[in-house]
Amino acid sequence: MIPPPFEYVAPKSISEAVKILDRDTNAKILAGGQSLIPLMRFRLASPTLLIDINRIDGLEYIREEVGWLKIGALTRETHLDRSDLIESRYPLLADTTRMVADPLVRNLATLGGNLAHADPANDHPATMLAYGARVVATSPSGTRVIPIQEFFVGPFESSLEHNELITEIQIPAYQVGSSGAYAKMERKVGDFATAAVAVQIQLDRSGQCTYAGVGLTNVGLMPIKAAAAEQSLVGQVLNDAVIHKAAQLAGEVAEPQSDQRGTEEYKRALVRTLTVRALRTALKRLDRGG
Amino acid sequence: MNTHKITMTVNGQTVEADVEPRMLLVHFLREKLNLTGTHIGCDTTSCGACTVQLNGTPVKSCTVLAVQADGGVVNTVEGLAQNGQYHPIQEGFREMHGLQCGFCTPGMMITAVSLLEQNPDPTEDEIRWGISGNLCRCTGYVNIVKAIQYAGEKMRAQNAVPQANAEVHP
Repeated sequence: MIPPPFEYVAPKSISEAVKILDRDTNAKILAGGQSLIPLMRFRLASPTLLIDINRIDGLEYIREEVGWLKIGALTRETHLDRSDLIESRYPLLADTTRMVADPLVRNLATLGGNLAHADPANDHPATMLAYGARVVATSPSGTRVIPIQEFFVGPFESSLEHNELITEIQIPAYQVGSSGAYAKMERKVGDFATAAVAVQIQLDRSGQCTYAGVGLTNVGLMPIKAAAAEQSLVGQVLNDAVIHKAAQLAGEVAEPQSDQRGTEEYKRALVRTLTVRALRTALKRLDRGG
Repeated sequence: MNTHKITMTVNGQTVEADVEPRMLLVHFLREKLNLTGTHIGCDTTSCGACTVQLNGTPVKSCTVLAVQADGGVVNTVEGLAQNGQYHPIQEGFREMHGLQCGFCTPGMMITAVSLLEQNPDPTEDEIRWGISGNLCRCTGYVNIVKAIQYAGEKMRAQNAVPQANAEVHP
């Protein structure tokens, strides 16, 4: 299938890109294109102008800087997958990127695009909620930092203004005692999650949990931050009873709908099981010293 | 109708054309260049039959615009054989019966070559993970994995030739 006609520009700088974006409310940013191009081919999206940001230098990077892991918005999933820094210090992100679509899609798909699309079935939103990440958005009037819990405002809807471009994603930097995991159930490679759970924890020297983030994928109209589950973990030593209590609370906050991937009850049970698995994997990783 | 003049190197040859922005790379290759070895399978970014290398990276050409490849280097299945000699991956698919209907084969081979360029001696798990974006409905993948292993061995042997006199390190 062929998309409806549109105009195309490939600016060389961020400032040029957002200036064009600002002028045209029917414009869309083309990053990896792995969600947008299929949507346009199915005519579910028909922007009249595509602003291709792939020719802008300096939007693909991964670096730790003053308390944050900073990732350029155009960084490809494959790049995240092959990063030693992410592999060694950010296991939740490493897990997540490997579960996005398939290897060919990951060669083009970008972290910024995954978030901007605001699809509740995408994998990174739940992970960024669990991390307590921030999105840096640039418009002609400057940049603004958006806490991730204020970023998703509806199905396929983010709090980005029409003239804003995501330029960077910031994740709280690794600290000793932090760990995480992403547990996803999918029917086959490349499918969206039947359900998935992202977990990020921080333990102090005594093993007590000082931070917990729990995000849920594809069990509601928006990515879900399981706040009650998070609160139940903080201040506790994460034994079986505590883990199961958190899993119970995560299942309760899920709002799945029955569809071809499973019934509502099944998906809720899956959220509980995946929460337990993700927490146990995160703890096991801490035992291994990473 | 707005068109863009694009130039790219396809299988080593420079090509130039005027295209609409909405033209997909796979349509450009098949319809403008008559390179019909790149197949259109699912048309939904799932099957990988349309896989080509764009600037050295395998991508699904049904999900890339031709204008995005402007200035780039594209390699398709037609570029695998050189001077009348099959590429090791083509030999591998023939020798190990890596295909039945052959529809997925061009995309599968492009992904396999890209994998072997990155990782010359992959494990079976790495091969299966690497081709997980390419669907085959005939073979059950067993012989495809063997074909890629065959090609890997052959490519390693070929690459080893220039250093035949050098000391071998494990």
